[in-house]
Amino acid sequence: MEEPRIGVFVCHCGINIGGVVNVPEVVEYAKTLPNVPWAEGNLYTCSEAGLSSIKDAVKKNGLNRVVVASCTPRTHEPLFRSTCEEAGLNKYLFEMANIREQCSWVHSHEPEEATTKAKDIVRMAVARARWLEPQDEPEVDVTDSAMVIGGGISGLMAAASLATQGFKVHLVEKEPQLGGITRRLGKIYPTLQDSSEIVDPIIKAATSNENIQIYTSATLKDVSGYVGNFKVAFKKGTEDVKLDVGTIVLASGALNYEPPKGSFQYGVLDKVVTQLHLEEMLAQGKLAEPERVLMIQCVGSRTGEVWTYELSDMTQSFAARLLSKILGAKKEEGWPYCSKICCMNAIKNAIRIKELWPKAHVDILFSDLRTYKEYEDFYRKARAMEVKFIRYIREIPPEITEAPDKKLKVAVYDTLAGVETEFLCDLVVLSTPLCPSKEDVMLARMLKVPLGPDGFFMEAHPKLRPVDCQSDGIFIAGTACGPRDIPESIISAKAAAARASILMANKKLKTEALTADVNTDLCIGCGLCEELCPYGAHKIEGGKSKTIAALCRGCGVCGADCPRHAITMRHYSDRQILAQVEAMMAK
Amino acid sequence: MSEIQSIPSAGDTARDESASFDPRILVFTCNWCSYAGADLAGTSRLQYPANARIIRTMCSGRIDPAFVLEALRDGADGVLVTGCHPGDCHYVKGNFRAEKRFNFLKMALKQLGVEEDRVRLAWISAGEGEKFSLLVRDMTNKVRELGPNPFKAPNIKST
Repeated sequence: MEEPRIGVFVCHCGINIGGVVNVPEVVEYAKTLPNVPWAEGNLYTCSEAGLSSIKDAVKKNGLNRVVVASCTPRTHEPLFRSTCEEAGLNKYLFEMANIREQCSWVHSHEPEEATTKAKDIVRMAVARARWLEPQDEPEVDVTDSAMVIGGGISGLMAAASLATQGFKVHLVEKEPQLGGITRRLGKIYPTLQDSSEIVDPIIKAATSNENIQIYTSATLKDVSGYVGNFKVAFKKGTEDVKLDVGTIVLASGALNYEPPKGSFQYGVLDKVVTQLHLEEMLAQGKLAEPERVLMIQCVGSRTGEVWTYELSDMTQSFAARLLSKILGAKKEEGWPYCSKICCMNAIKNAIRIKELWPKAHVDILFSDLRTYKEYEDFYRKARAMEVKFIRYIREIPPEITEAPDKKLKVAVYDTLAGVETEFLCDLVVLSTPLCPSKEDVMLARMLKVPLGPDGFFMEAHPKLRPVDCQSDGIFIAGTACGPRDIPESIISAKAAAARASILMANKKLKTEALTADVNTDLCIGCGLCEELCPYGAHKIEGGKSKTIAALCRGCGVCGADCPRHAITMRHYSDRQILAQVEAMMAK
Repeated sequence: MSEIQSIPSAGDTARDESASFDPRILVFTCNWCSYAGADLAGTSRLQYPANARIIRTMCSGRIDPAFVLEALRDGADGVLVTGCHPGDCHYVKGNFRAEKRFNFLKMALKQLGVEEDRVRLAWISAGEGEKFSLLVRDMTNKVRELGPNPFKAPNIKST
């Protein structure tokens, strides 16, 4: 390795650093450190003047490492790295010393201590810089075809979007038919169009596009490889299919939650159904004119919430009932989140019944009604059509019993009127949430992607990286990552397709430089790294570990665990970290 | 902002006369959560004692127990390993591995007679600037009570 020649640039950041830390003193101190032929202070190192000063100093002094002592690398590292590249240095020969967020700003009343600490931080950064090595970001080829998992509305939309951009798409659907849950809906809210008006054109667009190959009744068997070069295997009937694809769009969808038998008499009394069953009954004309239909919201969703209310507001008998319920309450079965679509869905079906049979009564029992955005108008429309909304609380769920004339008797405590009310109805409809399927666990394992606390697939970042997956090259569309309605599913499907197409259009991909590197002379092939790697980036081949660089994300778990210290983490090697540890203590 | 700035910092500046020794605390942070938490303490101007020095790695799972032992040998009076909260790891499960390894390290340190509070593990999210500042404060106070690290190897030369 060439002799390190490190330039240190200490930023005043106006008064942000300079107002607390004695910057000239830190600069003078830096000059005394070994391998530092050049140190200077800048008013703002990130300014045009500061950056050109770095470039000049590199040229004049033959520097081969740069340390900037300023703010956090989380914001400014990319900028200084590109300056290093402009100065002809590999960008990994740059190191940052954080003397603002982690020094001047947190010790603003102690200039002396802050200056001492800033010197320590600079010394540690210089010690690390001494051991920095240039890294390159290897390029891999990207296969320009995609696999879409799931043939629901999101999967179809993503496939169509990718195919029209000229990419070959393989769509895998486990059911014999395309269209997913949307196909089972009779009409959709708030336009009350037939769902076929939405689904059929999309299915037609997908099936008639020659870039899309559709495999229905197919079971996914295995996914291996990495971004740009996935190898997928699935079974269609008796036929085994193996494909190479560059990206994967995960649009496996969600299930409609089925309440356990006996919950609200579901599965016991045949006139207790879910909203999805009601949709099918209405679509197939199987519902005779009812006198009264009663819907219950939040069945199996928003469970485990803490409910607080004043007991004194309630009647004595109510309070007694409440206490007995709470004391004897079993843990509610279901899901903790709000499924978001059930309120609008119930209102839609209520309006449909009212439109078909204006004389029929429709009552909706709710605990909180969430008709967000423009759906507030939809709610008002239902009220204008005399759909009744009655508020109940979770601890006193409506009680459903059989009544004469094939009717159901529903007793509910109406919290707004403060009385217990009874209804005789022909049908009780439970609004159940969308929920993840058990197969998602297998799918997540196969794709090496995480599931969130609710059991849905998790996006890489809820705000900054929607539709991206933790694993590169995999994108999530539709209800696979939580309850969504049709417009939201389509938005995410198009976003996922767009994200996938960026990778495939570029044809080449720069991979992570911060990867593991195995010294095969030291490796004994114990397989610990293979077992621990969250990305499957280590494979034991011929008794030695091999790193698949494109899979490695550089976490360093293998490097810390290797019993033979055979694994070096690029840019975070033991040597580099220990140099910082030693420098911290060496005064 | 004024509210945050009004948090008293007297605890840092006016040190107890009897506390003659200033502990040196090494803090390992992961790039994604706890380093960002430390940054947030800064942007929120949350004052804490100037005893901690931070080393950033990409993941708490990178922390080899040997790094902690090396730091103690070199004379660090306390070592704090921090990472993302369980389930939040940027690398899916690196922090679980860090915890597992850390528990073994603690067993070994206990047998060596290293005090419980000298080496600690904590989860700090990118939003927990206050937790970071309180933790460093607490760690500094506890290590100050314990006194200097007796395990420092003699005649350590700097590199």
